[in-house]
Amino acid sequence: MARIGVFICWCGENIARTVDVDRVTQAAAEMPGVRCAVNYKYVCSDPGQAMIRDRINADKLQGLVVASCSPHMHLKTFRAAAKAAGLNPYLVEMANIREHCSWVHHNREEATAKAIDLIRMTVGKVLRNKALDPIKVPLTKRALVIGAGVAGIQAALDIADAGCEVVLVEREPSVGGKMAGLSETFPTLDCSQCILTPRMVEVGQHPNITLHSYSEIESVEGYVGNFKVTVRKKARYVDIDKCTGCGDCWNKCPSKRKMSEFDYGLAPRKAIYMPFPQAVPARPVIDREACLHFIRNACGTCKKKCQAGAINFEDEDKLVTEEVGAVIVATGYQLYDITKDQKNAKYSGYGEYGYGQYKDVIHSLQFERLVSASGPTGGEIKRPSDGATPKNVVFISCVGSRDCAKGISYCSKICCMYTAKHTMLYKHKVHDGTAHVFYMDIRAGGKNYEEFVRRAIEQDGAQYHRGRVSKITEENGKLIVRGADTLAGVPVTIEADMVVLAAAMRPSDGVLELAQKLKIGYDEFGFLSESHPKLRPVETNTAGVYICGACQAPKDIPEAVAQASAAAGKVLVMFGKGELTREPEIAQVDEQMCAACYACVRTCPYSAIDKAEIRDRKGNLIKYTARVNPGLCMGCGTCVAVCPSKSVDLEGFSEQQIYEMVKNLI
Amino acid sequence: MMQFGYYPGCALHGSSNDYEKSVQACLKLLGVKLQEVDDWICCGATAAHSLNHLLSLALPARNLGIAERDGLENVLAPCPMCSMELLKARHAIQEDGALRKQISDIVELKVEGTTDVINLIQLFQKVGIESIKEAVKRPLEHISAACYYGCLLTRPPKTVQFDDCEQPHSMEDILDALGAKTVRWNYATECCGAGMTMANERAVLDLSNKILGNAAAHGANCIVVACPMCHVNLDMKQLDIGRAYGSEHNLMVYYLSDLVGLALGLSEKDLGIDKHFIVTEPKPVPQPAGVEE
Repeated sequence: MARIGVFICWCGENIARTVDVDRVTQAAAEMPGVRCAVNYKYVCSDPGQAMIRDRINADKLQGLVVASCSPHMHLKTFRAAAKAAGLNPYLVEMANIREHCSWVHHNREEATAKAIDLIRMTVGKVLRNKALDPIKVPLTKRALVIGAGVAGIQAALDIADAGCEVVLVEREPSVGGKMAGLSETFPTLDCSQCILTPRMVEVGQHPNITLHSYSEIESVEGYVGNFKVTVRKKARYVDIDKCTGCGDCWNKCPSKRKMSEFDYGLAPRKAIYMPFPQAVPARPVIDREACLHFIRNACGTCKKKCQAGAINFEDEDKLVTEEVGAVIVATGYQLYDITKDQKNAKYSGYGEYGYGQYKDVIHSLQFERLVSASGPTGGEIKRPSDGATPKNVVFISCVGSRDCAKGISYCSKICCMYTAKHTMLYKHKVHDGTAHVFYMDIRAGGKNYEEFVRRAIEQDGAQYHRGRVSKITEENGKLIVRGADTLAGVPVTIEADMVVLAAAMRPSDGVLELAQKLKIGYDEFGFLSESHPKLRPVETNTAGVYICGACQAPKDIPEAVAQASAAAGKVLVMFGKGELTREPEIAQVDEQMCAACYACVRTCPYSAIDKAEIRDRKGNLIKYTARVNPGLCMGCGTCVAVCPSKSVDLEGFSEQQIYEMVKNLI
Repeated sequence: MMQFGYYPGCALHGSSNDYEKSVQACLKLLGVKLQEVDDWICCGATAAHSLNHLLSLALPARNLGIAERDGLENVLAPCPMCSMELLKARHAIQEDGALRKQISDIVELKVEGTTDVINLIQLFQKVGIESIKEAVKRPLEHISAACYYGCLLTRPPKTVQFDDCEQPHSMEDILDALGAKTVRWNYATECCGAGMTMANERAVLDLSNKILGNAAAHGANCIVVACPMCHVNLDMKQLDIGRAYGSEHNLMVYYLSDLVGLALGLSEKDLGIDKHFIVTEPKPVPQPAGVEE
């Protein structure tokens, strides 16, 4: 005879107001297998838990049903209480009579009857529960960080400083990301490079960090604690160990056919180039498409000039495998493509703004380069078409953002702030110039942010017009910007010398492929999905994979850095344990029954089921079977549903248990 | 022989019969047969949708219903206002089953929205730019055209689903096939003032003056339109514009079918070009003129 204890919680008024807990207790006490049924005001409280422990001992309980809130809320609490009293925690189940009952019903009679039904079902389930033990998984205390912008750098340094090894992979030839190209940062106007480059150098020199620059993730295998990651180190054609970064090669390179990616096309670069002087590693890379050696087997100047003998035209992509226990994704963002050539028809661009057609219509990151001391104009504001100093500059915010007609419903969050910053930087350099801003709303939530925008308007005289720009045309060498001032209720036409478009933030190219390799989720715009928007903001739904920075959603530097440290903290919490324990509620294959059709292998969303062979002692093959990898299985039960021979079952949620619940309901 | 339904709308049977003459002559030569929609009525134009939403759907829907009944797959509506109104009704009927029934009851005709509506440019596209190119007898080397789409050919984008709404190029593609040059200019999708010509002529004169001036300033020696209303404002009003602003534009305003017809060997008279208010030989443009206001 089973000995089940049922604990009914009032949840203060939350449950007791709608559900007659005394009647429920009475009914529960009479259910078959129930040894005792009690109710209490807050079962989750200390005295409530003490009561559970006492009853387990006094009544020698073999299983518990706690009828209270959602198991998401307190299952862990009650299982811990049971464990403390010596009862296997997996013999504890919850009946959700709050979210599923008292909160959604008004009729006390009906709610009480439903609560009794829910408890009867759960009692039936617990009768069939088995004691389970957590699964132990070995743990490699080494982390992979993908993307070396400010977020990736922060995460890598935090983990490395704590004494764990980090593998940092960056797609571009240098670390630094978008922030390395910014001029000054809001709301303090401190120089972006001045604060970032020391961190970049630290990453390059840290004994615990292995940096793979100009590399991409080829494939990911394994599971939490035990990932095997293959990294493709793209051919650089420069041996970075031999190279001293002296610059003889790029100074002598005759090819200037490519525009600099780092300067967003505002200046040319050589075929062998270092993206910017403070690059880490401070080593050049050869662009095959621009290099005369690769185009027509000519030139070879760099090789001749290199005294270190570091140029290697025969270089090839190399694959290296890294074993890590955790992965942090920090792949950042790119700007919305303002022109019409979109890879995704959903993002239809702004033909009406003439970007790509008029040289003096530029985007915000280009403007950052124009005002940056390390930029193509040395920090002087000169417009791209003729190098003249623009006296009238129009800044347009929300180019892409919050414009469903152009494919994006979200706010890119940082544009209001950097546009205010741009007007200031402009005014500080062109004293007799005027900065105009067209905006929808000014969103300046953040420490000292609102004050910063007011300063741009009140002290630096930026002209803010609330409204959208409908069209930009060019006449007499002027950009005619036609828009609306919806506060004044009048159309506005401004003859501008330059226009700066605050294009929306989108996740970087290639992030979807990466997400698929890591088996993590993303939203309709390609931003990576966190496990819980409030309580698990840097975790993903795949154990051991974390996200931070603008790959999760548009965010500014302080937020990206905070999130990066949070992700690093989560990794370090995991690394603080000797080995990993995982919930044992996972699928199990009855290998004798399994017909090896592998329907489960094909359906498993986590690739947690392998094809396996059963052999006798002499090594003769007896049969094929499916086998669950306990490190990967998330216990979703999809395999159970598809198995035609019913050879898979879910521990803690077996078919028998579900039948029992259904039986108790009808 | 390709066959299309044909919805002339009020303009092509009235004030813009030169447009109809041009379209008919040109399409005949291209081997396109037009079957006029039987007993068609007004599309409602601006008047209907500013008065009563249901009326603005029912009027064009009746025309669609007749076209469906007569098995017409595509109907050419050379006036962009007509084609937009017809398409608007078509989308509304397709999307909303209850409305479909209501409208069918009102017009006493089953309307499903199966017949598609195309503008003149789309018709040329269906004929095939390549086949037009092959049929060219007199390449229009002397033409340097400003292609003018006006407000309605590409808008509202979700309704008409035609070309790039802000930077269209479909007319340029056709002119390219005719051997003509086209200019890049600023007013291709701006409004000419349209029906305001009745209520507020000054607004029309102002807008149209800017269009004509900008086309010439960017090196065009003529303007090409595919809309009867645009033609009225840019051609018929050109002398008024001149008087109001002291600007003598003297710029030919062709219908798209005029230029196709001319390239295919038709005469100005065949195409009704002699009926235009401004009839002049497009000036040779040796060098794109400097940009001037």
